Amino acid sequence: MLHTIPLHYFLIVGTLMFFIGVAGFIIRRNLITILMSVELMLNAVNINFLAVNRYLYPHHLEGHFFTLFIVAIAAAEASIAIALIINIYRRFSTIDVDQVSDMKY
Amino acid sequence: MRHELMLAVSVVVLLVVEIFSSAKHKTNVVLPLSIALMGLSMLVGGMYPEAGTLFGGIYRTDALRTAVKLVLDAGALLVFFQVYGWIRRPENSDKVSEFFILVFSTLIGMHYMVSAGDFMMMYLGLELASIPLSALAAFDRYKRVSAEAGIKYILSSAMSTAFLLFGLSFIYITAGTLHFDALQAAFRPDVLTILGLVFFMAGMAFKISLVPFHLWTADVYEGAPVAVTAYFSVVSKGAAVFVLTWVLYHVFGAAVEQWRIILVTLAVMTMTVGNLFALRQQNMKRFLAFSSIAQAGFILLGMLGQGALGMASVVFYLLVYVFTNIAAFSVVAAISNATGKENIDDYRGLYATNPRLTLVLMVALFSLAGIPPVAGFFGKLFLFNAAASQGYYWLIFVAVVNATISLYYYLRPVRAMFIDKNEHPIAFFKSDAYMRMGLLLCMAGIFATGFISWFFEYLFAVS
Repeated sequence: MLHTIPLHYFLIVGTLMFFIGVAGFIIRRNLITILMSVELMLNAVNINFLAVNRYLYPHHLEGHFFTLFIVAIAAAEASIAIALIINIYRRFSTIDVDQVSDMKY
Repeated sequence: MRHELMLAVSVVVLLVVEIFSSAKHKTNVVLPLSIALMGLSMLVGGMYPEAGTLFGGIYRTDALRTAVKLVLDAGALLVFFQVYGWIRRPENSDKVSEFFILVFSTLIGMHYMVSAGDFMMMYLGLELASIPLSALAAFDRYKRVSAEAGIKYILSSAMSTAFLLFGLSFIYITAGTLHFDALQAAFRPDVLTILGLVFFMAGMAFKISLVPFHLWTADVYEGAPVAVTAYFSVVSKGAAVFVLTWVLYHVFGAAVEQWRIILVTLAVMTMTVGNLFALRQQNMKRFLAFSSIAQAGFILLGMLGQGALGMASVVFYLLVYVFTNIAAFSVVAAISNATGKENIDDYRGLYATNPRLTLVLMVALFSLAGIPPVAGFFGKLFLFNAAASQGYYWLIFVAVVNATISLYYYLRPVRAMFIDKNEHPIAFFKSDAYMRMGLLLCMAGIFATGFISWFFEYLFAVS
C-alpha cells in the first residue's frame, strides 16, 4: 500500500516544507510565527529521515531514532523559546520583531 | 566518561546546595563551590587520558578530545572568576545558582559534542549546549537588550540546527548511516552528499558565527551579560570549531576538494567583514564580538591545513584564545560592574587611574592582534603555517593584510587608555579578589602558552 507512493514524493514534500519554513522565518514579523516556521523546518527534516529509513534502509532504525530525538529536542527548544517570548512581551509589550530591536549597527 | 559524569554530579551538588543555602550568603557559598567543582572536574577528567568508545561507538574519547575538553573547562573556570561583581547584585539574588547550573549543563553538552562518534550524539550535545546558552543570554531578564539577545540566540540557533539536520538527512539518503566510522567507509562524493555537506557546514557556520552567517553575533554579544558574552565567544565557539574540524577531516575526508573551496571562501569573507565592522564599533562588547568573528576567520586557515598539523594548530589557537579573550572580557566586566560604562571613549585616561587593569587589557589586545612576545602571535603563526603546508600562500597574504588592519582597531582602546586626555576618567576602583585571581590566571595562561612549547608539541603528538 505504502509502496505505491514513490520515495521522491516524500522528499519533494519535505524539501518544500523546509523552504516554506525558511521563507516564513525570514518574512514573518511575529515571534510566535517565526517559531512555528522553525518547527516546520524541523518537521521537514523528520519527513526526510522517516521516508528514507522506511524505503531505503528498512532493516536499521537509525532514521526513526533520530526523528524521535529531533521531536523531543524541538519540544524542549520550543518551551524555552516561548518562555523567552513571554519575557520579551513583558519588557516590550509586543512580539513584533521590528519593534523588538534596541540594538542597531 | 568520568569527565561528563563529574560535571553531572556538579550540577546535582549545586542543585542541593541551592536548596539548603541561605539567600543572604548564596553568592559566597555557590561561587567558591562552583570553582572548586570545576577544578575537580578538570582534575578527575584530565588525569591519565585514555582512549576508548562507549555505547556502540557513539561516545568516544582519546587524549586529543580530553585536551579539548580541558580547554573548554578552563574557559568556564575563568568565566566563573569574573562573575562575582555581577552575580552578587540585588537583581540577581534570586538566580545565583542558576547561572552556574546552566554553565555546567552547557559544558556537559559541549563535552558530548566533542566526544561524539555519531551525528545523533553530536546533535544532542549541540542542543544541550545551545538551549541553556539562550537562557544564559537572557539572564538579565529585566533588561530589554538581554531579553532581545536571548530570543535572537534561540531562534537563530534553532534555524541553524534545522539547516544542519536537513544536510544530515541528505547524507543519510546516500550513505544509510550517520555513524562517523561507517559514514567514512560508505562515503561517496556524489551530488546529494555534497549538498548535504553544504547544508551541514552552513549550520555549523552559524554556531561559529562565520560571515555570512554572523548576523546574530553582534546583537547577542552586546545584549547578554558580559560574563555570558565571554563564555559565548570562547567556549561555545571552541566546541563547535573542534567538532567541525574533526568531522571535516575524518568523516568528509574524501570530499576535501569540495569543502576546501567552501572554507577558503568563508575564511576570506569572515576575516574581511569581521575586521571592517570592528573598525567602527564604539561599544567594547560589540567591538569584541566583531573581533571574535574575525578571529574565527583566522581559525579557518588552520582548518585548511589537513592532518595533525591542522588539528593541532586549531586546538592550540583555541587554548590561546580562551586565555586572551577571557582576559579582555574580564577587564570589560570589571569596568562595567564598577561603573556601568562599556564604550571605548569611556576608557580614555584609564591608565592614570587603574594602571594594572589597563596593562592586562593591553596584553590581551596585543595577543588578539598577534604581536610577538605573547601567545596570540604563536597561535596565528601555527595557523598560517598549517595553511602554508597546503600551499595557500595567497590566502595567508590576505590574512596578513587583515591582521594588519586589525592592529588599528585593537590599538584603539590602548590609545584611548594611555594617550588620550580625559578630564573625568573612570575613578580608581578595587576589583574583588576573584576577579584579580582570574586576571592573574589569564595573564599566566597568555604568557605560558606563548613561551612554553610543550603545549603545542603535546597537541601535535596526540592529534
